[in-house]
Amino acid sequence: MTTTLAPATRGRDRAATARRTVSTSETVSQTMTMAWRSLKNMRRQPEQFFDVVLQPLIFTAMFAYIFGGAVSGSVEDYLPLMIPGIVAQTVLTTCMVTGTKLREDMEKGVFDRFKSLPMARIAPLAGPMVADLSRYTIASVLTFATGILMGYRPGGGFTGVTAAILLSIFTGWALAWIFTWIGTIARSAQAVQGISMLILFPLTFLSNAFVPVDTLPSWLAAFVRVNPVSHLVTAARDLANHGTVSSAVFWTLLAGVIVIAIFAPLSVSSYKRRHV
Amino acid sequence: MTITALDRPGGPSPAGTDLAVMADGLVKTFGEQRAVDGVDLAVRPGEIFGVLGPNGAGKTTMLRMLATLLKIDGGHAEIFGVDVAREPHVIRQLVGVTGQYASVDEILTARENLWLFGRLQGIASKRARRIAEDLLAQFGLQDAADKPIAHFSGGMRRRLDLAASLITRPPLIFLDEPTTGLDPRTRGQMWETIRGLVADGCTVLLTTQYLDEADQLADRIAVIDHGRKVAEGTPDELKTAVGDSTLQLLLSDPDSVPAAAAVVRRILGSDPVLSPELGRLNVALEQADLAADVLIALRDSGVSIASMNVAKPSLDEVFLALTGHGTEEEENR
Ligand SMILES: Nc1ncnc2c1ncn2[C@@H]1O[C@H](COP(=O)(O)OP(=O)(O)OP(=O)(O)O)[C@@H](O)[C@H]1O
Ligand SMILES: [Mg+2]
Repeated sequence: MTTTLAPATRGRDRAATARRTVSTSETVSQTMTMAWRSLKNMRRQPEQFFDVVLQPLIFTAMFAYIFGGAVSGSVEDYLPLMIPGIVAQTVLTTCMVTGTKLREDMEKGVFDRFKSLPMARIAPLAGPMVADLSRYTIASVLTFATGILMGYRPGGGFTGVTAAILLSIFTGWALAWIFTWIGTIARSAQAVQGISMLILFPLTFLSNAFVPVDTLPSWLAAFVRVNPVSHLVTAARDLANHGTVSSAVFWTLLAGVIVIAIFAPLSVSSYKRRHV
Repeated sequence: MTITALDRPGGPSPAGTDLAVMADGLVKTFGEQRAVDGVDLAVRPGEIFGVLGPNGAGKTTMLRMLATLLKIDGGHAEIFGVDVAREPHVIRQLVGVTGQYASVDEILTARENLWLFGRLQGIASKRARRIAEDLLAQFGLQDAADKPIAHFSGGMRRRLDLAASLITRPPLIFLDEPTTGLDPRTRGQMWETIRGLVADGCTVLLTTQYLDEADQLADRIAVIDHGRKVAEGTPDELKTAVGDSTLQLLLSDPDSVPAAAAVVRRILGSDPVLSPELGRLNVALEQADLAADVLIALRDSGVSIASMNVAKPSLDEVFLALTGHGTEEEENR
């Protein structure tokens, strides 16, 4: 561009040739660029990985030795029941961090620029979530690895375990949209954390993650049976321990898709409403 | 002396679609407060238009509405003929925004920042890298290109922020207080850069709290206060209203103020501005040379002076001259 157009012509030409909407391929490319930004951030602040590294190690060991004897008679017998539960729990906790980090990030000046650029409104939300796939992967792989070190021998073999991990990552990513939405509506990062805890605890503990459902009183069992986390745990157990694709896999995937279909548009619209 | 002519005398107002920015009765309310209260703007292509106003006048709010960063609560705005409220996505392709506070990523380096913003605007990776390189050179940031922004000085941050607004060479640039907090040398460099943008065919809408900045840079100025436009004109038109400089006098005897005022009226034909401080008065001068005439006349009349000073008129004096009231502090005395 060597010629200098007259200011009025330049403005009018630009207005005439401007894109009216964001295409899908632009949206994907912008999301990946935002994911690159998040990964750079993570690499420069590796302490962001503390939770996904330490939680699987500590929780696996702690839960196994505390509940193992009481629930299953021994630690080794408890591991096949517990490991998929811990995976679900760590992935959910990681989701919560997604929402909190987004809220913190949105306070920064750079978000003003993202808002002033002609980019898809979903990219600043989805980008960090794509980068967070690395966190879900670390959390679930480490949990299985810790379990195996403690004597867990998954019957589903490598394929079964890999499938269980992939399913957990997908579910984590889907549920993260709930927390992203909370991130776009809450007033502060602390508020996101507070609200998320309120959702997280019933979801993880009122599930079959750590205890068999038939030991529960019937009113509680009713909730536990419809809890999507229970489906994830059941599906992951069936995959990892037996290598079977049970109907729970289907329910988990369906729940994930429903959550995305509801909370992704909600997040984008509340991001837009608050900031434009 | 109030400037009421909202259109430059002589020049016919250009048709709506030929304007770079056309705002008609813009309103923004925050709860009860009308932060922007019916502002009209007409920015012509190729000019630097300055919006001058004290803290809290509504400058940032107005700019953010025009940049699609805030919802427009009332009125209508067009940029190069495109409706701001209806086509925000198009507006975002026409305007480069440099906000009052730097909006670059603290964790990335300068080079990474420019590349990121280029990629987000659909520029291929290689080309984005080359544009980043060119901008770093243009803004004298090569040496700091690979340092995290967290270690940047205020001036460097501002320059990077402006560079980031120029990646796609948008035809219109918004600059919100581009030199607030910069030292005089950096400030002068920023002025040069802004003039360079216009030479390249950009149109610039900037806000400032400094009369001298508006005077130095802007082709036309709108003065806003409490969300309303109180005056508009060329810097010369505004200065005629305010005077080129101000003679600040402190009298030895506060009781001699009326006598001094009479002398000023006789010499200059206009009234001095009485300051809240006892025995102090400010005299607007069309030229600094007139100060001598006033001082001699005062001595001849036997009015004794404790101290004197000739200065550029402050924003407060502009307001006093234009609106008959001062800025907030002055008003609350
Ligand atoms: N998000 C907001 N919520 C509530 N009030 C606001 C908000 N933003 C601005 N205001 C109010 O609107 C008025 C105008 O603010 P604005 O920031 O536009 O002023 P300004 O002219 O840019 O001032 P400054 O020179 O200090 O930057 C102020 O009284 C401010 O308190
Ligand atoms: Mg401001």
